[in-house]
Amino acid sequence: MQTTETKHIEKTQDTPLVIGGKSFTNRFLLGTGKFKNKQDLADSIEACGTQIVTVALRRIDLEHHEENILEYIPKNVTLLTNTSGARNAQEAVRIAHLARESGCGNWIKIEVINDSKYLLPDNNETIKATEILSKEGFMVLPYMSPDLYAARELVKAGAATVMPLGSLIGSNQGIKAKEFIKILIEEIRDVPIIVDAGIGSPSQAAEAMEMGADAVLANTAVAMAGHPAMIAKAFAMAVEAGRLGYLSKLPAKKDIASASSPLTGFLYE
Amino acid sequence: MLNLQQLQNILNNDSPEFLEELAQKAHRLTQQYFGRTMVLYAPIYLSNYCSSHCTYCGFSLHNRIKRLRLNPEQMHQEMKTVAATGIENILLLTGESYKATPLSYLKEAIAIAKQYFTSIALEVHPMDSQEYHELFQHGVDGITVYQETYNRDRYKEVHLSGKKADYDYRYGTPERAAQAGMRHVSMGILLGLADVATDLLSLYQHLRYMEQHYPGVEYSVSFPRLRTIKGHEFAICDVDDKKFIKVICLTRILFPRVGINLSTRENAKLRDHALGLGVTRMSAGSNTSVGGYSLENTDDQEPQFDIEDHRSVSDMIQLLKEKNFDPVLTDWRPISNQAS
Repeated sequence: MQTTETKHIEKTQDTPLVIGGKSFTNRFLLGTGKFKNKQDLADSIEACGTQIVTVALRRIDLEHHEENILEYIPKNVTLLTNTSGARNAQEAVRIAHLARESGCGNWIKIEVINDSKYLLPDNNETIKATEILSKEGFMVLPYMSPDLYAARELVKAGAATVMPLGSLIGSNQGIKAKEFIKILIEEIRDVPIIVDAGIGSPSQAAEAMEMGADAVLANTAVAMAGHPAMIAKAFAMAVEAGRLGYLSKLPAKKDIASASSPLTGFLYE
Repeated sequence: MLNLQQLQNILNNDSPEFLEELAQKAHRLTQQYFGRTMVLYAPIYLSNYCSSHCTYCGFSLHNRIKRLRLNPEQMHQEMKTVAATGIENILLLTGESYKATPLSYLKEAIAIAKQYFTSIALEVHPMDSQEYHELFQHGVDGITVYQETYNRDRYKEVHLSGKKADYDYRYGTPERAAQAGMRHVSMGILLGLADVATDLLSLYQHLRYMEQHYPGVEYSVSFPRLRTIKGHEFAICDVDDKKFIKVICLTRILFPRVGINLSTRENAKLRDHALGLGVTRMSAGSNTSVGGYSLENTDDQEPQFDIEDHRSVSDMIQLLKEKNFDPVLTDWRPISNQAS
């Protein structure tokens, strides 16, 4: 027989986030760039309890001159190596190969950026890289501009998630691409949608989750905060709050107040 | 983009409050886009042979200096010494001699450098796009080329002979490097050579042109100040620290994502303060003489410029950490640049 307490837990229990058959209970992903030191990063990972962190292969000090960033990431956290610096599909594929050869595993976040001013991802090249790498057995999580056609192609190409940008990377502007991300959430049902880039505060992360995003990734907002570990924790809490908000089936926002005197009531008198 | 009058007004505004405002804004933007990180690099001078006559440069053709060019064994020795400090981003330099340091020599140097460093940039004589493409395929990621001054008359006055006297060929160099597939292009002006506002505006226009036409390239800029070489003065106008900082801040504000390099030409105090204002890449532990890191008898050599900040790489790492910056030694993983 269930106690009142277990019933209560069941009613508020989230399902795990499943990416490529692997389950995660925490829906907040953390980027590792821009931190002032690696200890801040380690503290942030611990504080938010993230289970997936992304690291640029270009910044991994495989030669061990300085502190290797990988030593600050607990072993039970899934390492998502990203292809930062790739300008086309071919370079992304080469970086992914190098990541695997370097012992960084086969989870790859594809970042193909051929614009150093806005750092917008190139969806076409990202699709090509996704197709090649997923065929080779990589778990591919592509970073993309929120476009429905591209998202469909990515899924077809074998992407394990799609990761649309909320706004320009590092901008802290929040979900400027809201309406387009909503379309992806509505239409892309086969893989999780992870909102990546531009999320500048916990409230913005909560907003993405309330919309129905499956997870949120943040980096700059955490790395640049006065207290990175504290905001990392706040992000994880906001993501969870937003998720529960979404699952609770929030009453829809209304553009106008509900009329207190129905206009068609007379028809039923 | 600013016009010349606006740029002059900014550079001539001596109000401390105004400068502080610029600095605060530049600081915020740098932190937002680059975080609390600082990429470290070092130069290695391979050769000081030069076939150009530039009035302000220590390597100039007519300067009666000891000419040296590293042989492969010496390259290994120099590179090994620099690599032992932890540096992974290397800038290989030569004087501008097409004869003494031809493409084949550079390829040899690159092949050796690949054994020691993860990212290789060149600051050598300008070349054609096809040659740059060959260098890219051999593993070069970046090209550094400064126009020095964008004032054609002044350019002619200080570049008396040699290939460097060809203003237009030099102007087209960043574009040829970008067409060849280079990942990084570093541009710059030699502050003090001509009117700063005019040169700065032209550099900004050049950079904007490059960004629009070659968006995939990562750009950085440098503002070397023309200084003394073994006691000789060459500058026609003095760019004091305030103006120098203003140039860095203004560049950051106008180009939020462009890298800004700062070399050891500048003294330790200025570098320590400038690193929070817009600079994203600093050289460290530099030696600007050929063979200067490991070979003997370089005292009688003419360096390309005199170093002001003599601190070692480990000193710089320590300093950056104290200032809450993460020193970045590894910023690229070499992948094959060959087309498959």
